[in-house]
Amino acid sequence: MADDRIELMAHLMRRVGVGATRDELEELVERPYEEVVEEFLHPGALGDPDQDILDRYLPTSTNPEAPTACATRWMHNLAGGRRPLREKMALFWHQVFATGYGKSSHARASAAQIELFRENGLGDMRQILLDLSRDPAMIDWLDNSENHAHAINENYGRELLELFSLGVGNYSEDDIKEVARAFTGWTFTQPLAIFPYSISDPVFKFDEADHDSEQKTFLGQTVVDGADVIEVIVKQEACARFIGRHLYNFFVADEPPVPSWNEEPPRDQAAVDALAATFLESDGDIREVMRTLLNSDFFKAARFQRVKSPVEFVGGVIKLVGAPRFPEFSVARLSRATKLMGQDLMNPPSVEGWHTGQGWINSGTLTQRVNFAVEQVMDTSKPGIAAIVERVAAAGDATPEELLDRCLDLCGPLDVSAQTRATLVERAEEGGPLSFGNGASEEAEGRIGRMVQLIVATPEYQFA
Amino acid sequence: MTTKLQKPPVLVVIQLSGGLDFLNTLIPYQSGVIRDARPHVMVPMEDALPLDDELAWHPAAKALKELYDAGHVAVVQGVGWENSSRSHFRAMDIWHTCEPDKIANEGWLAKVTREFDPDSENPLTAVSFGLALPRALAASGVNVTSIGDLDQFGLMTEVEAEEERAKNLDSFKRMYTPGIGTGMVQDYLAETGRSVLKGADMLVDAPSQYSSEVEYAPNLIAQALRDVARVHTAGLGTRIFYTTHAGYDHHANETAMLPRLLTELTEAISDFLQDLRNHNASEEVTILVFSEFGRRIKDNGSGTDHGSGGGAYIIGDGVEGGLYGEYPSIEQKDWLYGEDMRHTIDFRSVYSTVLDQWMGVDPSAIVGGTFEQINPYKAKVTAGVAR
Repeated sequence: MADDRIELMAHLMRRVGVGATRDELEELVERPYEEVVEEFLHPGALGDPDQDILDRYLPTSTNPEAPTACATRWMHNLAGGRRPLREKMALFWHQVFATGYGKSSHARASAAQIELFRENGLGDMRQILLDLSRDPAMIDWLDNSENHAHAINENYGRELLELFSLGVGNYSEDDIKEVARAFTGWTFTQPLAIFPYSISDPVFKFDEADHDSEQKTFLGQTVVDGADVIEVIVKQEACARFIGRHLYNFFVADEPPVPSWNEEPPRDQAAVDALAATFLESDGDIREVMRTLLNSDFFKAARFQRVKSPVEFVGGVIKLVGAPRFPEFSVARLSRATKLMGQDLMNPPSVEGWHTGQGWINSGTLTQRVNFAVEQVMDTSKPGIAAIVERVAAAGDATPEELLDRCLDLCGPLDVSAQTRATLVERAEEGGPLSFGNGASEEAEGRIGRMVQLIVATPEYQFA
Repeated sequence: MTTKLQKPPVLVVIQLSGGLDFLNTLIPYQSGVIRDARPHVMVPMEDALPLDDELAWHPAAKALKELYDAGHVAVVQGVGWENSSRSHFRAMDIWHTCEPDKIANEGWLAKVTREFDPDSENPLTAVSFGLALPRALAASGVNVTSIGDLDQFGLMTEVEAEEERAKNLDSFKRMYTPGIGTGMVQDYLAETGRSVLKGADMLVDAPSQYSSEVEYAPNLIAQALRDVARVHTAGLGTRIFYTTHAGYDHHANETAMLPRLLTELTEAISDFLQDLRNHNASEEVTILVFSEFGRRIKDNGSGTDHGSGGGAYIIGDGVEGGLYGEYPSIEQKDWLYGEDMRHTIDFRSVYSTVLDQWMGVDPSAIVGGTFEQINPYKAKVTAGVAR
């Protein structure tokens, strides 16, 4: 019943964003797949009413004094904005360069870091690393402001190599020390103050007097400054593979946790090879790598191969029930919902980021996911649910199995196991054939609503 | 001396979020140095509740003083660690993971839960009350039950029609059945789904079976401890309870904020202990109260800023009441960085003590090393308890 083109487009939309409405999908499949991908790869060309609307309706979200404001904006842009991939890339880099708000308690610095990722998330890898190394929130988070010419602090140097670019096993302890030396003097203009004294923004500062300007040897090459280090990093095959595998995990299919990457090979070596090759050929152009990824067969074949992150889950449910046209204060509750599901935006559990895939699921978070989804879809007057009811009705009277198939189609289209299917068919059969005639439409509406409630509670709905 | 309990030992952890001002809880009330350093937050001498010649309780901690006088409270003085962090997040993280020098992923109580229930057979082995799961209870492969509202706990609680909800839960159970050849993630998801149902099923009667003559106050910490009592007295095999009392970050207006919090907290603990006694369920319970750090010695004109050298409290009928550890020196020459209390005992000593002497768990792998213990219990609980 489900249309292949719709299935593929729905898959693309779940990955570049949090999903799409059926109306949006039908519009998108009228154009060639590659053209749609290209549009998402150039978010600047899409125009952006999001910002003006946010400034008007939720002004605190763009000038935040608390991280929840920034998270609120993020959720709004993902569920209701027009440039989902830009937001998704920002989320990707937030996951890889996991920086917590709690240490600095400086919301504006945290928000400014996310803004960097939003602006340049599809850009040049060396620029991304350079921006990151100059970002006050990161400098504070990993203590590079305590990294002095006369006494180095290795924290940033180590994580830059281990977690942000190369991965364990691709450098030595001496390399870490040399990198730390190269980044001495990379600090910011004023100490981050604890809330509520955080009104002014810290600014990157290169303190020449505190910089070790001697030559260093990093991976066998002579470097002086942090920028030289980044230049060496971006040329490494290890960097291409590391970023390629991260992108694969985030956009294609779940990989094991990062610390085990040195021992466990990727689930699809050829796919990571292809992404790494594009990275090296394009000299670290993330847009090029993403183009390879989104147009690849391995991507297209990876429907429902990832456990949805809480942000994807909550955003997807909001897409399903219909995002409000203008941001309401209720969007603030969405970032709280993701927090209860284990993803507190701006406050990752550690510098290693969140544990993705299976790591998202435990008894508490699964309860939150199911209850959130069921509660959201319960109200059949919500625009997204009303649209589902309308479409099911437009197809006319139905057998119980047809009722189920139409609902599965409109909630994804979602593939379910034989076990899930048998369970749902049985529930659909309780009400007998579905009829819209003779004043029965209210009952039919109730049955469709209840079927959607069951569908969002299925194990299959946990996957993107 | 050792003792055997009738029931398996149980730990109730109460986290005070924000940084409780230890100096203003157990106050060196005769000290001119302290009185000069914090004129805006100091309790008037005549109001303090003396414990001995040097120390007095904050008047709002009256309920705790009474428990102390009855011999049920061990105060651990000057708790902290080397180079302790003034960041709430980092400090709390360090308490949760026992890793002061690096960012770690496994919570100390999650590791304890794994010891008690290695095959994840009982989803209620550790139960947390509150909105989010604390990192202390997080580790991969450890299933902990996190309860926001005990009376509404479970899946699809928003579905009002009872018959329909029952059918939905039955459908859920069938859909969340580990299958053959469906893959590891799917199996794990199915098992987790079933453990949610199992936990909720086990808990379903706990609220209605419980009755009590103790009237808990209508505030969050009192109600949370009432929930602990409801689940504990139901006898569902829970070994670890966790709950949080927030709001201790009094940079400003401390003289108004702190008394309210201390009253809520100490009365709730006192009611809780009484409730357990009424249910003949206090013997096996030890309560641990902690906060991420103490506060600065000098006040800031209205409140106090983040500091170090706090306190912890071990409470229960098995406790040998008294003062443990050493009160940090309040002489100005001894102030850390010229402004902080210097800790006198490592927080991992407190954990090790509770784990080894009460819970019967070898603490070294949990806290990451061997730390000197104190002896706040009347007797060490030995293994051999009916599990």
